[in-house]
Amino acid sequence: MQQLANLSDSELNQRLAFEGLDLQVGPYIYKIKTNLPLVGSGISTLYKNFNLAQPEAFIDYNVAILSKGLLQRLRGQSDFLFDNTNPFDSIPTGQAYAFLEWGMNWCVSLHTNEYLKLHAAAVARGDHTIIMPGVPGAGKSTLCAALGLSGWRILSDEHAMIPPNTTEVVPLCRPVSLKNESIGVIKRFSSNAIFGPVSRETHKGVVAHMKADLHPQSHEKKTLKARTMVFPRYAKDETQRLSPRRRTESFILAAYHSFNYSLLCETGFEAMKTLIENVTCYDLVYHDLDWAVNAVDSLADPEPNP
Amino acid sequence: MSFLLQQLLLHPRRILDLDNAQLNQLISQARSSNLLASLAMELASEHLENQLSPSVTRHFQSALLIHEKQKRDLDYDIEKIRLALDSIGEKLVLLKGAAYLLAELPVGRGRLISDIDIIVPLQSIDPTERALNEVGWESSYINSYNEYYYRKWGHEIPPLTHLKRGTTLDVHHNILPPTAGPNVDASLLFERLIEVKPGIFTLSRQDMVIHSATHLFHEGEFRHGLRDMWDLDRMLRDFPDQDPNFWKGLVDRGRELELLNSLYHGLNYAQLVFGTPLPDGIIKEAENLSRRLRKPFMDFLFLRAFQPDHPQCRQRFTSLALYLLYVRSHYLRMPLYLLLPHLARKAWMRHFDKKESLENEKTPEAI
Repeated sequence: MQQLANLSDSELNQRLAFEGLDLQVGPYIYKIKTNLPLVGSGISTLYKNFNLAQPEAFIDYNVAILSKGLLQRLRGQSDFLFDNTNPFDSIPTGQAYAFLEWGMNWCVSLHTNEYLKLHAAAVARGDHTIIMPGVPGAGKSTLCAALGLSGWRILSDEHAMIPPNTTEVVPLCRPVSLKNESIGVIKRFSSNAIFGPVSRETHKGVVAHMKADLHPQSHEKKTLKARTMVFPRYAKDETQRLSPRRRTESFILAAYHSFNYSLLCETGFEAMKTLIENVTCYDLVYHDLDWAVNAVDSLADPEPNP
Repeated sequence: MSFLLQQLLLHPRRILDLDNAQLNQLISQARSSNLLASLAMELASEHLENQLSPSVTRHFQSALLIHEKQKRDLDYDIEKIRLALDSIGEKLVLLKGAAYLLAELPVGRGRLISDIDIIVPLQSIDPTERALNEVGWESSYINSYNEYYYRKWGHEIPPLTHLKRGTTLDVHHNILPPTAGPNVDASLLFERLIEVKPGIFTLSRQDMVIHSATHLFHEGEFRHGLRDMWDLDRMLRDFPDQDPNFWKGLVDRGRELELLNSLYHGLNYAQLVFGTPLPDGIIKEAENLSRRLRKPFMDFLFLRAFQPDHPQCRQRFTSLALYLLYVRSHYLRMPLYLLLPHLARKAWMRHFDKKESLENEKTPEAI
């Protein structure tokens, strides 16, 4: 399969500007268009090793981020377009890359419902797959990025997608979104982290995305069986701990952080029940990232060699 | 190619002949026209969904799940609203999408809704708003020019949003603003209500059609133009079967409500866009010299507006037509001596009064 890296710069720009760049992202195909050089360079950095869709494939999501017309250019604004219509208001062009990523998340959050979708990161090492639900600010993405830089395969930073009545996770690897202090934390954690464009003064503060497909199997489509569910929480002044968590509470919290639990109705309930009954749940309270990564490692490797 | 969505709604079996690029265009047009679930229902009625690849079917399934969820949520909201209105001795009368769904009409098959529209008599507006406030429906337009405008010149109060559930409720006291040309006597609408569920009413079938046409032909934005046309087509095909007297007196009713002009356009364009069967002579009955003379120009405007909102469906002069329709909608809504100060005020707000103009700003949430 052809990767984005096989395209020359001019081919890539040609596609982004005209016919659209068709990228295979997990089970979905996005067609991306943009006339913004900043967005083009972000895509070429962060999606370098993504597969291009087969020619003539069915496109799931048509997205674009464009600055159109003289007036909009002068104002320094751009629009995110989905199906050629604008679901959001215009945004400052300097934040366009972050909005492209958010818009691409939004496509999955709103417009697909064949899976139970948890607002969660998912990572795997060997045959051990972990789902990590988390409220914004809980440190889920930071931990996900750190695990990705420590040999774990990142399955998703945003959507853990579970086919109903299974405990499988459908990989949907896309760049990891890091905000504010987390960006520096991850840069200090590993010099291998590769970042895309930085967007400042967004409604979430400073945002930068990290290349997520660091593992050789990052783009395999095969689903993976979830074994564990970890609820991370960054807390500066608390004792760090990895402690078992009750299934009932985990059910409620995971359902609360699901994009479509209530939309799926009984199917959603049954799907969540099957999942929760078959995973072990933990709370992870941390402030030191190295400690947290070791703690998660210990789940995959209960008896590490001395 | 440009009439893809309209054709597929009427002839769903043709989907089997489409290649992937055409399927992508179809789904994209249907989704942006808010017709994806309606199209999915048409496919399902001919058991076509299983003959498509799973990667295509999942988009239709997703739209149907959203439709099902909206119906569940609507039942819940409607019951709460019914109880609130009942407490002040007022009937719950639903309009548009909510009415189609609650009455389980064919026009409600796959119909997506973005808010709930109800109508109460003008004299009951204040007690209605208080009763709804008490059960969590609040206006988000407080002390602003927008609020002033709604209350002074509107045919509805500012939209109410439920504090917990986030649903939007539009409470109307008429179907057109009092400043618009036609002077609709709303009490006539209340004379012919249909009780569709205990304590839940809709307008009569004729009035539903007239209201749908009125809404459409006074609207300034046509993002849902094709969807509204599809509503009309579905109603005009179904209602004559439900009520053998449906066609008889429809034109007279339009005249009585002073909405014959909108009805005339509605019948005309349903026939032009979706080939809706109409009885002989009904267009003639609704026509007059002025309507006949203006028709070529109106066709130029409206036949462009009733395309999916999609670049592939744009013809020459689509932008111009949409702009003229936008201007037309304002001019229909109020006389110039009100319109000009209003537009000046809105322009001022857009540039200088950020807080207020941002009331409706949308940013991607929870992503």
